[in-house]
Amino acid sequence: MQTRSETSGSNVSLPQRAWAIRRNALLMGEVQGQGYIGQALGVADVLATSYFHAMTYRADDPEWEGRDRFYLSIGHYAIALYAAMIEAGILPEDEIPTYGMDDSRMPMSGMAAYTPGMEITGGSLGHGLGIAVGAALGLKRKKNPAFVYNLLSDGELGEGSTWEAVMSAVQWKLDNLIAIVDFNNQQADGPTRDALAVGAEAPKWAAFGWYAQEVDGNDLDALLAAFDNARNHAEAKPRVIICNTKMCKGVPFLEERESNHFIRVEADEWAKALAVLDEGKPL
Amino acid sequence: MTIPAHSRRKSKYEPRSVPEGEKLATSAMIASLDSEGRETVAAPFGHALVDLAKTREDIVGLSADLSKYTDLHVFAQAHPDRFYQMGMAEAVLMSAAAGLAREGFTPFATTYAVFASRRAYDFIAMAIAEENLPVKICCALPGLTTGYGPSHQATEDLAIMRGMPNLTVIDPCDAVEIDQATRAIAETPGPVYMRLLRGQVPDVLGKYGYRFELGRAQTIRDGSDVLFISSGFMTMRVLDAAEALARDGVSCAVLHSPTIKPLDAETIAAEARKSGRLVITTENHSVTGGLGEAVAGALMRAGVHVPFRQVALPDEYLDAGALPTLHEQYGLSVGRITARVKTWLEE
Repeated sequence: MQTRSETSGSNVSLPQRAWAIRRNALLMGEVQGQGYIGQALGVADVLATSYFHAMTYRADDPEWEGRDRFYLSIGHYAIALYAAMIEAGILPEDEIPTYGMDDSRMPMSGMAAYTPGMEITGGSLGHGLGIAVGAALGLKRKKNPAFVYNLLSDGELGEGSTWEAVMSAVQWKLDNLIAIVDFNNQQADGPTRDALAVGAEAPKWAAFGWYAQEVDGNDLDALLAAFDNARNHAEAKPRVIICNTKMCKGVPFLEERESNHFIRVEADEWAKALAVLDEGKPL
Repeated sequence: MTIPAHSRRKSKYEPRSVPEGEKLATSAMIASLDSEGRETVAAPFGHALVDLAKTREDIVGLSADLSKYTDLHVFAQAHPDRFYQMGMAEAVLMSAAAGLAREGFTPFATTYAVFASRRAYDFIAMAIAEENLPVKICCALPGLTTGYGPSHQATEDLAIMRGMPNLTVIDPCDAVEIDQATRAIAETPGPVYMRLLRGQVPDVLGKYGYRFELGRAQTIRDGSDVLFISSGFMTMRVLDAAEALARDGVSCAVLHSPTIKPLDAETIAAEARKSGRLVITTENHSVTGGLGEAVAGALMRAGVHVPFRQVALPDEYLDAGALPTLHEQYGLSVGRITARVKTWLEE
């Protein structure tokens, strides 16, 4: 049984991992002819850094007690996490065509009961960070050194329950908790900045008592450094990485499309998007 | 632009029905339910949990700033390292309990019934119940057990919680039952919502040789004219009502059904089928969606068509005041129950 961590030797580079995650997501989007592909392409670099640099886990034993926990609050990002878990070998590649189909292990919204490696049932936003607080408390009780990662979205910062969890994590000095905010400035009705997230996210979290970093979430070098900082930070505080990402990153003709929470992709465009991605395959 | 004001709930400024010499003061929130001269036991929930924790390392306690008012402080004092004060934050109370359960612990989370059922519902539903996690939600001030008004009166908590799949719902009667039920739910897989009486809790069922069994309704007293089906502290009230009615020649059976979900439909249908008895459900809850309607549904599904009456709180936001006054006003007192039973038998 192989344990994956940053010390694991691999001749596949992080840009190649991110590319593969985008490719898996496009293949799944093509199956359904729809999906939250904009988010998946945007967050691929964050997931590549999580699964192929920062986290410790065993691909063939997703419930291994020593694993770092990865909690996906945002159920609609499931397509992105499936793509990453397929690349990590947690889910088999040959299930890609089942995405979102009846009886699939990969439903449109991420749920713990359906998918190996999907730790929590997301989708009702504002839950993930609170559950992560409890899991981080539990790991400390067991003296288990694993981290809990929670990927949440900018829109989710509008939920009051997120801020209950933000305060609680500080109260309990949860230095084993790493929150990752995918800030793509898009929520269902339009830009997050026009709704409740008025800005200054990193200073806000820092003011609550978190070790806060803000990075370009599509810059792998910056992400790598930020995840290393988050894991190695000495203070007994929870950690947050605000990742500013671009929807549809990696497929320029989709990036240019008018920004939208749910990107419409025409039937013939999936193959075109895959072709564009393939042209940019990292060496 | 002129926007006329909406009409709102009825004014409470009108003169009330309580005669001048009988007016009582609203008791403090922390006061115990019963001061009717019964034997009482202090903090049965807290002490049962302390006892359980001696052998169960997985048990932890969490509260949202209401440990003293749910008797969880007894556990917190005995096991300070196993108690989590989550602050006045019910969403993270429930979510964090779910997280602890994910890591193998058995969390007992406490607050008031209103806050768990109304405010934290989505967190209980999606973080706890959907994954069938063993979080035990134990809540004080169920139904009409405070005179503080609707903000603290959980008159619809059973209706709300019955709607949640996977959730076991319990409405215990007294100190004996709270002690036994606390131990039983710690052994039961999956999530539980349990109503609590706190502070000095009456000891009533002990003398009947009663033992709580999860999911079972049990006959505490037999009788031939009336079958009371009751839960929670209303079982104390109907036992007293049955005594009073017996003196007037009315024979009443009492079937105590503390497990509201899953309801013991089999026993309830079998008892109701016994001919010649008026079936009366009694509950410390709104007429809507609690024990009464659960029993009615069970009887209909079982094809048992018998005369049926419901003693329950009205589908209203209730008044503030002293608890004995309110129990009299809304029909939960022994006197009111007895009088209504006589009226119903004469119909």
